[in-house]
Amino acid sequence: MALRTSAEVGGMGHSIKRKEDPRFIRGKGTYVDDVVLPGMLYLDIVRSPYAHALIKKIDASKATAIPGVLAVITGQDLAKYNLHWMPTLMSDTQMVLPVEKVMYQAQEVAAVLATSRYAAADGAAAVEVEYEALPVVVDPKKSLEPDAPVLRTDKKDKKDNHIWHWEWGDRAATDKAFGEAEVTVKQDIYIPRIHVASIETCGCVAHFDKVNDKLTVWMTTQAPHAIRTVFALVAGHVGLAEHKIRIISPDIGGGFGGKVPVYPGYVIAVAASVLTGKPVKWIEDRMENLQADSFARDYHIAAELAARKDGTLTALRIKTLADHGYADAAANPSKFPAGLFHVCTGSYDLKAAHVEVDGAYTNKPPGGIAYRCSFRVTEAVHTIERMVDLMAHQLGVDPADFRMKNFVKPEQFPYKSALGWEYDSGNYGAALHKAMDTIGYAELRREQAEKRKRGELMGIGISSFTEIVGAGPSKHFDILGLKMFDSCEIRIHPTGKAIARFGTKSQGQGHETTYAQILAEELGIPAADIQVEEGDTDTAPYGLGTYASRSTPVAGAAAAVAARKIQDKARKIAAHLLEAAPEDLVWEPGKFSVKGAPDRAKTIQEIAFAAYTNHPQGMEAGLEAVSYYDPPNLTYPFGSYICVVDLDKGTGEVKVRRFVAIDDCGNIINPMIVEGQIHGGLTMGLAPALYEEISYDELGNVQGGSFIDYLLPTAVETPKWETGKTVTPSPHHPLGAKGVGESATVGAPAAIANAVVDAMWHLGVRHVDIPITPPKVWRLLRDHGVTE
Amino acid sequence: MQVKVAINGEKLEADVEPRLLLVHLIREVFRLTGTHIGCDTTHCGACTVLLDGRPVKSCTVFAVQANGREIMTVEGLEQNGKLHPLQEGFVAEHGLQCGYCTPGMLMTSYAFLKKHPKPTEEEIRWGISGNLCRCTGYVNIVKAIQHAAATLQQGGA
Repeated sequence: MALRTSAEVGGMGHSIKRKEDPRFIRGKGTYVDDVVLPGMLYLDIVRSPYAHALIKKIDASKATAIPGVLAVITGQDLAKYNLHWMPTLMSDTQMVLPVEKVMYQAQEVAAVLATSRYAAADGAAAVEVEYEALPVVVDPKKSLEPDAPVLRTDKKDKKDNHIWHWEWGDRAATDKAFGEAEVTVKQDIYIPRIHVASIETCGCVAHFDKVNDKLTVWMTTQAPHAIRTVFALVAGHVGLAEHKIRIISPDIGGGFGGKVPVYPGYVIAVAASVLTGKPVKWIEDRMENLQADSFARDYHIAAELAARKDGTLTALRIKTLADHGYADAAANPSKFPAGLFHVCTGSYDLKAAHVEVDGAYTNKPPGGIAYRCSFRVTEAVHTIERMVDLMAHQLGVDPADFRMKNFVKPEQFPYKSALGWEYDSGNYGAALHKAMDTIGYAELRREQAEKRKRGELMGIGISSFTEIVGAGPSKHFDILGLKMFDSCEIRIHPTGKAIARFGTKSQGQGHETTYAQILAEELGIPAADIQVEEGDTDTAPYGLGTYASRSTPVAGAAAAVAARKIQDKARKIAAHLLEAAPEDLVWEPGKFSVKGAPDRAKTIQEIAFAAYTNHPQGMEAGLEAVSYYDPPNLTYPFGSYICVVDLDKGTGEVKVRRFVAIDDCGNIINPMIVEGQIHGGLTMGLAPALYEEISYDELGNVQGGSFIDYLLPTAVETPKWETGKTVTPSPHHPLGAKGVGESATVGAPAAIANAVVDAMWHLGVRHVDIPITPPKVWRLLRDHGVTE
Repeated sequence: MQVKVAINGEKLEADVEPRLLLVHLIREVFRLTGTHIGCDTTHCGACTVLLDGRPVKSCTVFAVQANGREIMTVEGLEQNGKLHPLQEGFVAEHGLQCGYCTPGMLMTSYAFLKKHPKPTEEEIRWGISGNLCRCTGYVNIVKAIQHAAATLQQGGA
């Protein structure tokens, strides 16, 4: 896309430096834990050592005897206000504090309110709880067996641990295609439970002002408006009305989906502030964050892929068991209990597909949320990319050629997938070609063949993913009934500077910069002259927040639409100033001129001044606009990734030698920021592919509950990412943009897994589940006679 | 217990509990909130500050251990209104996103460049391997440190 604005204006396509950075590099950001209010109290939480146990007794006497400890809050206290349970976003329920029993290790049991952080921690350590252990259900398959103990005894008439069954697609057509298939492959794939582990944990400062009856909550949330409405709906009966609730989401130290849900700690802090009339701070520590906050994934997938002998793919069939822990606390659009998992036909022109998912309760923390991904899309992409690779290898066809043959072709867009999605645009072959050229694919295959002769294990893996982001069109997308639009409100000041507010909330994505650039593009006002604000529900227009790569597709579109409304009014004012007819004016970013007389022109700054000083009679003064944008479709970013790995036969270590990522996110607003998003996304693709997993032993003890055993990649493990792009604009987005924050997280794990399997295919290895740890590889090598 | 420290050249003192962590002394007693807490267990490095010039993770140092010593935090990098080359490098190379790990990353890099003025990429990656970043994928952090190293070599700041 050609640049339409100068570097000084900084519209789309300019890599302008971020407006957020000056405060962050000086340590002058304001994160929740930086908020300190006079008389503030601190909350700490007592957590369960058991995964499933009755609470026989809570003795707070030793805790309350500690100087500074003011109160110990239990489920019984909250039950007086009917606040001991709360609804989840998926219309399930979860405990705020338990009255009868705990359902997972590290669950909140009681909360201690004290005058200092240290006193609160002392108090939490001094609360004595007597438990009676109950049988623990860890495995979701066993959870659905008839003799499994029923976990949700709070639900009247609930006789098993099955949450829901969901299916999509044409079962009969799919079964028929499998019946007629010449070749099929089948694979069980487990995509383990992981955690986003943003470097800032979750927390809040709740301040109930008793004089004005107003609750203000500084909170680590990606969706402040939705939170405000949820608080009003859940706590309306104790007097919290929505106009008396203000949620402020200040600087957020990474979100990735983990800061979408409402966690019990927030609710307890709010309740404590309402009861005491004092500000209450709750900040979880890292172990609480990893052990109790919502997890991601945990999908047990059984997939089958059908093809003809000539390598034409025909059908996909998937059955999945979703482990939700003790409550379905997923953050999905309400109509989609398995998120957008049914985008699982991926980049391939499959004629038939059917997907089933069953949710199960277990004694684990509730969830699940996304891990830097649009609702279950990584699960979908990982499955189809593994299956396509398996089929290619099975048929003895190069996986790149096999993909090329089966891609949805450029001329098929807009493309209706077998599972009903309408892909907006794509050119999958171009992205894969570019990735192959960049990495030198043919040469690598030659090198691999030579190394194989020498007994060295080298693998090349491809992932040609299609994302689905920008939720979403109001016809199908809502959360608790709230339609998934988003918003932008622009006010142009008399001197031509502007403020713009949004319903989204950046957690590092650089919205202050990107949105300013969109407005600079549309209005010609320099990005430097545009202040962007988000995250304060008292000032920002209502929106559903930032997750699922929806900010640019939805709020970015709202910015363009609102700016065009301003442009329309500016045209009328310019016509008045230039004494010309509005339709005789020509717009270029930053000014209107008279057609055929370019010297007769008014800049946007002159027009803005006139809007307050010399506006036409009969027109309202001012230059403002607001847009609530309801996207007509989702956007479908895509890309092709190629990864080269070398396996250490002695240790089983996977070394990522090279990783080329070609992304297509449509038109690009700030290339520097987009590349940064891809770097980060790739690293959060590497992490679960090789390192991260939260598992549980048979008693429900969490493994991976601290940074000692939950391994985030450091700079040493992380490869030097090689990035590139193709540009296929979205036809329905006002700017042709698609969203990019999560593509790489979605696409990368399959490229790595495919590379590892490719390295061992000739030995007879067909699959390895992520995370691909050295012991797993070492055992595979041993089992296949390579390593002793 | 009485603790006397010099933070970014300013002499400060406070009466603290013996168990108070240095990070809480810096953040909550002296209200310098640029130093962040990410894990409490010395893994993430968000709380890195310099103690007598040596990088330490201030979540696992007691405030009293800093008694009589010099502390440098992210707030001390900018001198007389001029950013440190590392700060300039992080902006120029897009070496930060959410900004939460950035202060610790800057302080680790500051000490690292004092010891390794002409580092290789490999040395930089090992040098910052005690600091976790979840947003950037490290590529641009490495570039930012190279940017600063080049500026410092040319005699900048």
